[in-house]
Amino acid sequence: MIKAILVFNNHGKPRLSKFYQYFDESLQQQIIKETFQLVSKRDDNVCNFLEGGSLIGGSDYKLIYRHYATLYFVFCVDSSESELGILDLIQVFVETLDKCFENVCELDLIFHADAVHHILAELVMGGMVLQTNMNDIMARIEEQNKLVKQEAGISAAPARAVSAVKSMNIPQQIKDIKLPDLPQAIKDLKF
Amino acid sequence: MALKKVKGNFERMFDKNLTDLVRGIRNNKDNEASATTRQFEYIVSFYLQAKYISQCIEEIKQELRQDNINVKCNAVAKLTYIQMLGYDISWAGFNIIEVMSSSRFTCKRIGYLAASQCFHPDSELLMLTTNMIRKDLNSQNQYDAGVALSGLSCFISPDLSRDLANDIMTLMSSTKPYLRMKAVLMMYKVFLRYPEALRPAFPKLKEKLEDPDPGVQSAAVNVICELARKNPKNYLPLAPVFFKLMTTSTNNWMLIKIIKLFGALTPLEPRLGKKLIEPLTNLIHRQVAYHLNKKNKKLNENDNKWKTETKIKNAFTSAMSLLYECINTVIAVLISISSGMPNHSASIQLCVQKLRILIEDSDQNLKYLGLLAMSKILKTHPKSVQAHKDLILACLDDKDESIRLRALDLLCGMVSKKNLMEIVKRLLGHMERAEGSAYRDELLYKVIEICSQSSYLHVTNFEWYMTVLVELIQLEAGSKHGRLIAEQLLDVAIRVPVVRQFAVNEMTNLLDTFAVSAQSNSMYEVLYAAAWIVGEFAAELTDAEKTLNILLRPRQLPGHIQGVYVQNVIKLFARLATTCLELQDLPGIVRLCDHVLDKLQHFLGSSDIEVQERANSACMLIEMLRKALTVTLVDETQPASIPTLAIEIVQEMALLFAGELIPVAPKAQRKVPLPDGLDLDEWINAPPPAEDNSSTSSDHDKDELFVSASQQDSEPAKRRPSQELTPEQLERQRMARLIEQSNNPNYLKAAPASASAAAALAGSSSNNSNADQYDNIDDIPITELPLDIEGVAALRVGITKRSDKYLQEQQAAEAAQTGKSDKKKHKKGKKSKKSEKNKVAYNNSSESEAEPKPLHIVNTTLDMPEGVTLSDSEDKDGKYDPNDPHRALDIELDIAVFESVAAATKTNTEATASSSKSSASKKERKSKEHKSRKAQPQAVPDLIDTGTPTPTGAATAAVEASSSSSINNNVEQSAAQHKKKKREKSEKSEKREKREKSAHKSSSSKVSKEASSNIIDVEPMDIVAEPAAAAAAATDAVKAHKKKHKKDKTESKQKLSHKSLDVSGYEQPLGISTPSKEIF
Repeated sequence: MIKAILVFNNHGKPRLSKFYQYFDESLQQQIIKETFQLVSKRDDNVCNFLEGGSLIGGSDYKLIYRHYATLYFVFCVDSSESELGILDLIQVFVETLDKCFENVCELDLIFHADAVHHILAELVMGGMVLQTNMNDIMARIEEQNKLVKQEAGISAAPARAVSAVKSMNIPQQIKDIKLPDLPQAIKDLKF
Repeated sequence: MALKKVKGNFERMFDKNLTDLVRGIRNNKDNEASATTRQFEYIVSFYLQAKYISQCIEEIKQELRQDNINVKCNAVAKLTYIQMLGYDISWAGFNIIEVMSSSRFTCKRIGYLAASQCFHPDSELLMLTTNMIRKDLNSQNQYDAGVALSGLSCFISPDLSRDLANDIMTLMSSTKPYLRMKAVLMMYKVFLRYPEALRPAFPKLKEKLEDPDPGVQSAAVNVICELARKNPKNYLPLAPVFFKLMTTSTNNWMLIKIIKLFGALTPLEPRLGKKLIEPLTNLIHRQVAYHLNKKNKKLNENDNKWKTETKIKNAFTSAMSLLYECINTVIAVLISISSGMPNHSASIQLCVQKLRILIEDSDQNLKYLGLLAMSKILKTHPKSVQAHKDLILACLDDKDESIRLRALDLLCGMVSKKNLMEIVKRLLGHMERAEGSAYRDELLYKVIEICSQSSYLHVTNFEWYMTVLVELIQLEAGSKHGRLIAEQLLDVAIRVPVVRQFAVNEMTNLLDTFAVSAQSNSMYEVLYAAAWIVGEFAAELTDAEKTLNILLRPRQLPGHIQGVYVQNVIKLFARLATTCLELQDLPGIVRLCDHVLDKLQHFLGSSDIEVQERANSACMLIEMLRKALTVTLVDETQPASIPTLAIEIVQEMALLFAGELIPVAPKAQRKVPLPDGLDLDEWINAPPPAEDNSSTSSDHDKDELFVSASQQDSEPAKRRPSQELTPEQLERQRMARLIEQSNNPNYLKAAPASASAAAALAGSSSNNSNADQYDNIDDIPITELPLDIEGVAALRVGITKRSDKYLQEQQAAEAAQTGKSDKKKHKKGKKSKKSEKNKVAYNNSSESEAEPKPLHIVNTTLDMPEGVTLSDSEDKDGKYDPNDPHRALDIELDIAVFESVAAATKTNTEATASSSKSSASKKERKSKEHKSRKAQPQAVPDLIDTGTPTPTGAATAAVEASSSSSINNNVEQSAAQHKKKKREKSEKSEKREKREKSAHKSSSSKVSKEASSNIIDVEPMDIVAEPAAAAAAATDAVKAHKKKHKKDKTESKQKLSHKSLDVSGYEQPLGISTPSKEIF
């Protein structure tokens, strides 16, 4: 059984958290934090398995993780799962994300956290692996997305228009124009 | 109305959606990269963000108040995101349910997602959802049902499981593979919360193993794999199906699961192992070829993204994962096969060599897994692993902590007399270099574990060991293992007399030089041991006065250590005074008295009450002596002769500490027969209880040195209430605990292990007149538990009537001898082998307590009553979990079955004749059975654990009935048939459970007779080797019955699908349940 699936970035900011056993919110945050501390101090060329981690722990449990660019994908599993199998599963998960978002990057996970959850739900259900075949997973996801689009139909058109305008986000773009960071520049002037 | 809707839509456009929320949150904080460096700004941005989020939550609350479902939906989606950031959103539970109940898939999906993130099985709101979820499950749209299943799997509660079990079962035979797959997985969650569902659902589950859709197959395999962790023997009859799947399927994931399952099954059925070896090796070959192939192919592709690398790695692992599991199972198989006969050591050798290749691989993952697998072999074949010591020592230098820890584990099992010093030297070297206190602590622990295992079997020079311990102390690991080292010091000093002289001098140095740092380091605990050793073995000291002065030096120490100091100051004082006596040195003794009295003032002022008290009594003692001395000093006529009174006092004092302490087994107290008229359950004083009610200490007040202060405190407190419980209360408590535990998925794994304890307890309570006394044993604090049963066993064997003291002495002699003989003799054979087996058990407990035991166990195993033997053997497997003996209770059946299966497989040819035998064993177990059965009605979840999870009604009936048959043996055949009809009906009806019970009560147990007679026929054949024959026999037998009843029963079989299922369900139980039936 999988006990928890966590995705966080190189700074420990959670991007996805799915617990298959109940923890309250503060405990969840603590677990994420602790897991991040455990995982982040490991080199890239060490093994992908970790024992310990008191919160999620129990001697039967292991952390199996992978590090992709800016993101850590961490699965906490018990002894009935195969270690390498879970590594595969993480790979399948990431590749599926990659297909769904076309070159997935951290921003996709940030802005489409719900979609990521829906994708994950096609891989793992209640802590048990549901499907590992990527084509099947993609088919299911596409069918569901189609369903959502159908439902949205015309009634959603204005909303979409608004959100399109919103996502142009003019104030933000003005903000985003790179000016030299003035306070910083002033600081730099001092010696 | 329409206007309103339009208006709603329009407003909605300007609400924040999820994307806006996320963007807003991100805009309201600083650049993340700077977060760690600029603390202040980080805090500011944190508050900005928190403020923004609380603002958003207010907005969301507004939105949730609106009527428009889309607005709510949007709000809930935002809440889900906010939840991930650590905010509690359970207040919106009702709104989430509203969104879930929307007819639109989009909303439903969002609702269920939110629910799965924030609901949990204890949520009260779940009551409201039952009907809605049922509606969704039966929805026309498969994705509605799919989403509902996904969500449900995260928050399903016992009530929901009970109410929805049938709907989910129906989905298992849906026409859509997607739903079948999800429903099958869902059933496992249902079983967890509502174990009664397992029995009726099992036939269907089994059917799904042969589903045309591979996904469904895989899901079913997955579920059975999980189920089999609890109680593998139930699934033994499915082995042929899995075997077929294994040879035909190409789905890696499923193969891994099947192979894992086989790994769990082979120990139960050795012949399965033999059959497996060949296909497994085939698989290995296939995988190797595949993996090479794929690796090459991938290397040829040129992709320049970060994914390429991982893709290659992935291709590599996907093949390796199966390969690894295969190897793993082959190991398990080989171990289970070869445990009896030695001629398989060649194949083990082969495995070890393959593993060596894995460990040498540059891929760290494989290295890790190789070490992991190696440790499995180590348990049974330490010799073959020892050959690879070099490799494993090399792994200690690995930069990866996971690998180092694994290697450490392995090293523990590999030490021998020859290489111990070398390995310890390496480890000490590592400790000096290692960073990270956790790892250092681990190293320290391992060093001690390695040295002390099996009563210091591998230590040949105890002066060396003492030195190592002192070095460990000086390494200042910042360790939490101070107490452990202290225990070791005490243990060695007490049990190895020859090393004492060396020890006292080392300890004097230690006392002198040890600097107590202000840190919350527990290392000062060693002072406790050191002080005790110098005091107790003062005779060995070369310069006792110096040591005395060191002890008297005022230092800031915890109370319990100061207490020991004072106590040992008296010992040293007595010793010195005696020497003065011998020398007739009156001024010397007077000076000594004054000096000690003076220095003790410091302790008199201690804030610790214990220290004060002891210092006071010490002062009084010495003052007494001093007075006797002054008498003579005043009387100047007789210079320099010590008055007789003073001589007497000194002699008496010396007498106080005379005699040697010998190690006492933790359970030794139990060998003392309870004196007549002593009722420990009676208050000696009215509560609150006096301090030493249950103290096991005896004549010497030094004894308290063996029991740490904290233990003493907690012991009486824990013990007292438990002893007052009547057996019924205990039973009730256990059942309550059981219910709680079987509801708790965390207990999954522990279940089989704890079975042993249950068996043992049940065995002892039913077989022994002293049952009650032992019932209480499990209430003794945890630390003592590992030896509980052994203690009982020893006692029982103790009918040999050796007196307690005699035994103790013998133990001491034995212990001392093992210590000595290690130097000269090389004792091999039985003894060392056994201790090897015990190793695992030792690892858990601090071995100093456990030491003298194993020999006893070994010697007595044969004479032991049934229950105890079981648990002992279990103990050796290391499965026995000492932490909670109670959790075991329900599984008592389990273990019995376990054993009987093993017995049956050994003697399976005789099994046919067993009808009379089985009735005999029936009687034997009657009482046990009866007990556990009684509890059954309340203990709903215990069904899975009791080892009756045999999935169909008939089987249960048989099981239940046979238990009741002990009460009521003569009922007519017709009654049985009647009941069987009833059962067929009730199986279909939703209220099956109730019926079962009522039927059970009223018509009692005829079925059992029938069923068990069937079983007896089937028994010998129901072995994996001839599965077909067994199945045929079983089905024939059942069909015969079946036909009879079918005729008049037709009206009850309305649903066609159910009918066919029923048939299969009917043949199933016998096949599946046979093993468990053998008990009866």
